[in-house]
Amino acid sequence: MSLIQLANPSRFLAVSGRALPWLSAATVLVFAIGIIQIYFAPDDYQQGATVKIMFIHVPAAWLGIFGWLLMSAAALGTLVWRHPLADMAGKAAAPIGSAFTLMCLVTGSLWGRPMWGTYWVWDARLTSVLVLFLMYLGVIALWRTIEDPTQAARAAAVLTLVGAINVPIIKFSVDWWNTLHQPASVLRLGGSTIHPAILVPLIVMAIAFTLLFLTLHLAAMRNEIMRRRVRSMMMLQAAAPAES
Amino acid sequence: MMQLGPHAAFIVTAYAAAIAIVAALVAWIVLDQRHLARLLEEFEARGVARRSGRADGEKW
Repeated sequence: MSLIQLANPSRFLAVSGRALPWLSAATVLVFAIGIIQIYFAPDDYQQGATVKIMFIHVPAAWLGIFGWLLMSAAALGTLVWRHPLADMAGKAAAPIGSAFTLMCLVTGSLWGRPMWGTYWVWDARLTSVLVLFLMYLGVIALWRTIEDPTQAARAAAVLTLVGAINVPIIKFSVDWWNTLHQPASVLRLGGSTIHPAILVPLIVMAIAFTLLFLTLHLAAMRNEIMRRRVRSMMMLQAAAPAES
Repeated sequence: MMQLGPHAAFIVTAYAAAIAIVAALVAWIVLDQRHLARLLEEFEARGVARRSGRADGEKW
């Protein structure tokens, strides 16, 4: 099946309907494996048991950024090909990405208090992630403000692509500025600096979070297709007396 | 039993917050789906159909 065929909303509903149960089951299974691994993972020699917060904080941060990258790809689909499924992909990803970014901010704050002595500091990494969260809220607000979904999609796509400039800022903020946040220790040139006993559960949890994101995104995209159908049926119903 | 040390409250709160956020997200998507499905069924019952029609095996 080609991508163009899958991009048909009816076809997408059929394929995603078959994929969702399997994707949900895989998400639960990988989360179960990850939680067992977290249980047996050793404490960090400096941070003690608080390192366990990393297993949710880091995947949440990755998925917060992944959400925006996905929205940026969808924004290109909206602006270049003007495909309604791209609009729906962008709209559906925004609340999910914002939830993962919020999770990153909350868990990071709760990790920062015992390790840094403060819940929050206005350093480059923390501030750029907060900006990402606020931009998510901005995109969600834009979608809700403009009634016509096609116009809303274009406005949201432009805002998304402008906001994509924040993604490299988040990634490299710890290298470009002197921050309280530690530098990259997993995705870095020269390999990870984390011991496999902690790295393996982290990777498993990252896979589990990614599966969760994809499952929720597929379900939310199906909702968006249904919402458009409700809208078109409402318009048909409203127009019916005038036609008869 | 897992030993979480002197900062157990922070670790437990972080996991509880993550679970609450995911639960809220899942609940929102499921409730939204049910609401939209109900609306589509109501339109269907009233005889309102999309101009593009339904694909094979499609509910709405």
